Amino acid sequence: MKKQILTFLIISILLFLGNFIVPAMMNPYLFMILIYCGINIIMGVSLNIINGITGQFSIGHAGFMAVGGYVSAAISFYVLMPLLSLFPSDNTILSLFFQNALFVASLLLGGLGAALFGYLVGLPSLHLRGDYLGIVTLGFGEIIRVIILNLDFIGGARGFTGIPAWSNFFWIYFFAVAVVMVSFRLLGSSHGRALLSIREDEIAAESIGIPITRYKVKAFVLSSFFAGIAGGLFAHFIGYLNPSSFTFIKSFEAIIIVVLGGMGSISGAIVAAVITTILPEALRPLQEFTRTDFRMVIYPLLLLTLMLTRPQGLFGNKELSDVLPFLKRKKSP
Amino acid sequence: MNGDALLKLDHITVAYGAIKALKDISLSVNEGEIVTLIGANGAGKSTTLRTISGLLKPQEGKVYFKGHDISGKKPHVIVQQGISQAPEGRGIFANLSTEDNLEMGAYSRKDKESIQRDKEHVFHIFPILQERRKQEAGTLSGGEQQMLTISRALMARPKLLLLDEPSLGLAPQIIKQIFKVIQEINQQGTTILLVEQNANMALHIAHKAYVLETGKIVLQGKAQDLLNNPDVKKAYLGE
Repeated sequence: MKKQILTFLIISILLFLGNFIVPAMMNPYLFMILIYCGINIIMGVSLNIINGITGQFSIGHAGFMAVGGYVSAAISFYVLMPLLSLFPSDNTILSLFFQNALFVASLLLGGLGAALFGYLVGLPSLHLRGDYLGIVTLGFGEIIRVIILNLDFIGGARGFTGIPAWSNFFWIYFFAVAVVMVSFRLLGSSHGRALLSIREDEIAAESIGIPITRYKVKAFVLSSFFAGIAGGLFAHFIGYLNPSSFTFIKSFEAIIIVVLGGMGSISGAIVAAVITTILPEALRPLQEFTRTDFRMVIYPLLLLTLMLTRPQGLFGNKELSDVLPFLKRKKSP
Repeated sequence: MNGDALLKLDHITVAYGAIKALKDISLSVNEGEIVTLIGANGAGKSTTLRTISGLLKPQEGKVYFKGHDISGKKPHVIVQQGISQAPEGRGIFANLSTEDNLEMGAYSRKDKESIQRDKEHVFHIFPILQERRKQEAGTLSGGEQQMLTISRALMARPKLLLLDEPSLGLAPQIIKQIFKVIQEINQQGTTILLVEQNANMALHIAHKAYVLETGKIVLQGKAQDLLNNPDVKKAYLGE
């Protein structure tokens, strides 16, 4: 545990330094791709908790991302920005620190908002199995989007403009690392085992004394919380939110990440998130070459080929540490 | 009926929708016994077990365990009270290792040392599981999986072990072995309620037996007596 906190601190310091170096190292386009990679990692790894580890098929991840994004954007816009304007913005370290602290608070509140929705949706619907849960969560995602579309104070269909662009390389990867580490801790804990056993066989899990609905709801809430954080980071990076960013297509992107990486594999979700973010962009030059947009023909074809040749996903049920044994932490006695 | 029975079902009725799977079932299991529930497909044997373990709720009637009413309680509460079920069709966690499966069985317990001891004990009962401890449970043979299911249920240290068709789909030689172990487990102090289609084997190791037919108990008595009962012989023993 101590060692992990230390690792986390070291990574955070590296990320903090990277925050000054990385954007200067590349052009804004590449930097944007890098940022999307980070957000998609959070999205994929968080969905993996419910779809991969617990085996509950949720198709409403974009909905939770939207809740998190809009809640934190609204808090920043209506509460934190007026609050900050009371103080002189002199760009000193203190005021920057203050601004970042408020940003994190706003992100966490966004995450909590999403988690609350996760709880409300999960409680009645996690009694359902398989495709039924899929339909409920899909419906929920769309309901959220339509509600936002009709809320004028957060922009409605025009979109929410003027969100402060407080998000940066550091925060996005800081939360990505946090989500990944929490996922790994979860997988190794007795909670994680309970979730895995629910995925393997619900009746058997129930018969050995696991309160399965309670655990499903817990996993759902945690997953929604992280999705909300991803939404908040996204909102504060672009500075603009539009309901059409959170259609079910976005949910499917998250599912593609989980399935492509291998259901339940955290390493798989990370790798798949990077691949699915970079691949469509890497195929862009093709468009110049052929003068037609073949991108969205090639990209799905690549995914199809991959799923046909490796139906269990890139990593299957394994983690990077299973493939490369030297990465494995020694089991504490 | 015995007043201090470990488990007592009192006029239980269970329905799936409009169809009654159990009609007014009463039975009792005393401490230290092996009680078997035999009957054909669809007679309601598994339904009875599922009702006891809390996976199903009875429409009418009560389930008493150690004198307390446990009907309608959640499965995890019932496991904590000391009833553990080895579900039908070997509900194992296929992608987890044999050892992890066993540890999951001890889920509701906290004391690591005694869990370790019980694991050794289970390995002593089924040495093959020790050889397979690191192997994914889904790759075990049918017999090994059944042993694992029973072992996993034992890891909860139950007072009462519910076994649902442990002989299902197994070779006769393996069945013999499993039934021998069931007897051993019983002799070490665990009360067992055994549901079986293999009436012959079940009646040979049980103390008491109930015969279920389309949701009703049609016969009950000492296992030895039922073995010699002409109706039972004709219907279930193929003689």
